[in-house]
Amino acid sequence: MSSADLAHGRDLAPQRAAAQKGDLAPERDGPRDTGLDDASLERWLARTWQTVPGIIGALSSVDHKIVARRYLITAFVFLCLGGLSAVAMRIQLSGPERGLIGPDRYNQLFTMHGVTMMFLFAVPIVQATGIYLVPLMVGTRNIAFPRLNAFSFWIYLSGGLFAWVSFALDMAPDVGWFSYVPLSGPEFGPGKRSDVWAQMITYTEVSSLAVAVATIVTVLKQRAPGMSLDKIPLYVWAMLVTSFVIVFAMPAVMITSTFLILDRLVGTHIFNPAEGGDVLLFQHLFWFFGHPEVYIIFLPATGMVSSIIAAFARRPVFGYLGMVLSLISVGFLSFGLWVHHMFATGLPKLGASFFTASSMLIAIPNGLQIFCWLATLWDGRPIIRTPLLFVFGFFFTFVAGGLTGVMLASVPLDLQVHDTYFVTAHFHYVLIGGSVFPLLGATYFWFPKITGRMMSERLGRWHFWLAFIGFNAAFFPMHIVGLWGMPRRVYTYPVELGWGNINLFITAGAVVLFLSFVLFTINLVYSASRGAPAGDNPWNAGTLEWATSSPPPSYNFARIPVVTHSEPLWAERDTLPVATGLRVDVRELVISTVAEAYPDVREKSATPSIWPLFAALAVGATFLYSIFSPWAVVWGAGPIAITLIGWFWPKGDPEDEE
Amino acid sequence: MNRLVCSVCCGAACMLLLAGCSGWQSALDPKGPAAGELAWLIWFFTALCTVVWLLVMAVLILPLARRPAPVGDPLVLDAAAERGKMRIVVAALAATALILVGLTLLSYFANRTLAAIGSDAALTIRVTGHQWWWEVRYENDQPNRILTTANEIHIPAGEPVRLVVTSTDVIHSFWVPNLSGKLDLIPGHENVLDLKADKPGVYRGQCAEFCGAQHANMSTFIIAEPRPVFDAWLKDQLRPAAAPVSTEAQTGHDLFLKRPCVMCHKIGGTIAGGTVAPDLTHIASRRTLAAGTLAMSRGNLAAWIADPQGIKPGAHMPVVGLNGDELNAIVAYLEGLK
Repeated sequence: MSSADLAHGRDLAPQRAAAQKGDLAPERDGPRDTGLDDASLERWLARTWQTVPGIIGALSSVDHKIVARRYLITAFVFLCLGGLSAVAMRIQLSGPERGLIGPDRYNQLFTMHGVTMMFLFAVPIVQATGIYLVPLMVGTRNIAFPRLNAFSFWIYLSGGLFAWVSFALDMAPDVGWFSYVPLSGPEFGPGKRSDVWAQMITYTEVSSLAVAVATIVTVLKQRAPGMSLDKIPLYVWAMLVTSFVIVFAMPAVMITSTFLILDRLVGTHIFNPAEGGDVLLFQHLFWFFGHPEVYIIFLPATGMVSSIIAAFARRPVFGYLGMVLSLISVGFLSFGLWVHHMFATGLPKLGASFFTASSMLIAIPNGLQIFCWLATLWDGRPIIRTPLLFVFGFFFTFVAGGLTGVMLASVPLDLQVHDTYFVTAHFHYVLIGGSVFPLLGATYFWFPKITGRMMSERLGRWHFWLAFIGFNAAFFPMHIVGLWGMPRRVYTYPVELGWGNINLFITAGAVVLFLSFVLFTINLVYSASRGAPAGDNPWNAGTLEWATSSPPPSYNFARIPVVTHSEPLWAERDTLPVATGLRVDVRELVISTVAEAYPDVREKSATPSIWPLFAALAVGATFLYSIFSPWAVVWGAGPIAITLIGWFWPKGDPEDEE
Repeated sequence: MNRLVCSVCCGAACMLLLAGCSGWQSALDPKGPAAGELAWLIWFFTALCTVVWLLVMAVLILPLARRPAPVGDPLVLDAAAERGKMRIVVAALAATALILVGLTLLSYFANRTLAAIGSDAALTIRVTGHQWWWEVRYENDQPNRILTTANEIHIPAGEPVRLVVTSTDVIHSFWVPNLSGKLDLIPGHENVLDLKADKPGVYRGQCAEFCGAQHANMSTFIIAEPRPVFDAWLKDQLRPAAAPVSTEAQTGHDLFLKRPCVMCHKIGGTIAGGTVAPDLTHIASRRTLAAGTLAMSRGNLAAWIADPQGIKPGAHMPVVGLNGDELNAIVAYLEGLK
């Protein structure tokens, strides 16, 4: 990197004499990166930004990369649990009238499968990828609100453990991932199962709201100087839009789950028709969240696809502006079509037709993204490596899933396929095809950045083909068996209906898909220790995360890069300009303006702290107790207040400098 | 292993024969005007979507066959080529929009066709969902001509019928795919589903909204009959229960009325008047037991009464302690309730 003045001609601070090592300079005269040579600069930054060794240090870490790694590993464990529950269901369904799993356990299994995949795997893993990549891609040293970020992980972990411990205790929710009332209500949902569902939602939503807020602020205020809105990488745009969707969608489901637990615990009758409540209210509230949820999972994947395609097609993605606008319009439109999950509830015909139109409409911006990617790939043979293979798998399956989505948007057609295996097939095509395949591609793509080692290409190709064949063998026939009349969520079916063979075929496909993930796990473990060293930029990609070492140092960048192009590493090659003037003895970041990313202020970034963990423990204990008694809110308030006071205890720092 | 290979082949063959396959409970085998309209719609959408999918795949795969582009500066792009691409993308987008508008209109008009089916329905049947069975009530202006039965719905073939559906416990969904799309049974709401069977026949349906432990075993049958047969059936069903004909059946009758059975079930013409479980007045005339779980037979009746929780775990029918003779007597009585 060459040191240069800021693109916009404004230095962050006047040149000051570099402080000497160990100099306890007054606040305003701390050592800066301006005059330091590379070696001593890195020494300073490593000491300032390090995560203190030891258990307390590890639990106090606020490094976005460490928190993201924890998130990724935890979400992967939940993926395995969700996958195992799917395999168990498939074995039960492999033949008619199998007695392997009874209805009670089966209903818990499919509920845990859905809940785990949606709330404990899909949303956390796309957010975790963002926690890792967004600060690197925008060229900053840590995510905004790093303690909140650390807190969110602990809350997520406790929510996930809470759900799976309840499964181990045979008290897991058993009424499906959308947990409709009255089945989940006080009268028909005895025991604590639906309370577990409701509070598990609360845990995971608190954590994903926290990450969404941190992501939004990081993208809007911490971008490297010069990264104006039109130079933000598409992946970062996708995470920004996703985070806004989370901020507006998640409150709806928190209200739903809170109303449910109030009905169950306090007797509020919000959903009780006998007392003037309404059961459909639950569905409206839930799907007002539930449909955007699909896009919360899908939009980050489109960002990953854009990154991978740009790197392997060796050119920027075609139609940057169109891509950004389609991300934003999908974000908006996703709130206008929740009713298509409720066509069978007997809505007035005209209203239903409106939602057919709005559901069809969202295919337009999604189509635009597909067309732009195709135009990007059109130029000629791209370099086919495992990440791009998964992107091809994504096209193959996601386009099919999108098209069956168009079928489901039609009210009359939906009445035949709603709540059948056709819908199960559709949403697995959209979610696995549209999100998991890109995520797997992204794993192969960014694993070298995270670990410094390449994943095995050979195992990767085996993984892809097994996953691709297994997935299609498992889920394509579900369309057919759905049209043949098989409803979802049945633990068994009679011989006479003739669904036996096709279900056995589906189970065989599911086993192949599962084996592909075993291979993937082997590849991950093997490559993490034995993979070929990756170097900074193994794919010759153009975005900023590839400008730093692999794995990145705790401070991400020794000097903050200055961005002149949307693919800065392609535009500037070996001479990426940098901004200087940040203190090196305290954690300082560049805060830039929202639209143009002019460097504006130097801001302190929070130091490691154990308090987010304590706060998460207090909040988690309150949630846990709240499934038994509303008094949890009263008894929990004290400990939570104490931990928050500890967290925000004033440090006596002078106001941040302009 | 052999069996697996065989089944895999069968599954693959079934997929190829999709068009030819028609099940007992299938949306692709329409037996009424509503299902016919919907099957047409399904095939049309499928065909169109397949064409679009093939086009997209072709555009994705074709460039792979071309020679690799020379590795140059990734930021140097041919401006003319980019403009050409922009035109194609815009055209593709316009085509997408046109197709979507077409499909929206198509489904709007299909919806109107469906709504017109039951406009002159003469028969109104009230279907109430229970965990895990269907209460079926034939409405009539004269109270003594209202018929209540369970799980099997007889209708006259060739005539539109109006189903008013609701639920007293959780949400269920009424779905007989060969005749019509599904409609939810929601507590506190009444929904209307009009359907018509073109020809006499037995059409199986199944609850389509997850409703708890025995959601899988909550099926129903629509039995379409020629009008005279239907009328005769209705007349027959309106009679009170048959009196026991043998001593054993008489013992069964007395036992039934003394044991907890009477708390939940109704048998017309006796003091048994429970309404929380299926009406048994003409139970022996039905084809199945426990909402399609078992075929109607003496053995299955005995098995169901002796061990409902083994057959349908979680069902609300409790185990009633009966010795062998008592069980036989009750079965003999119920068997006579034609």
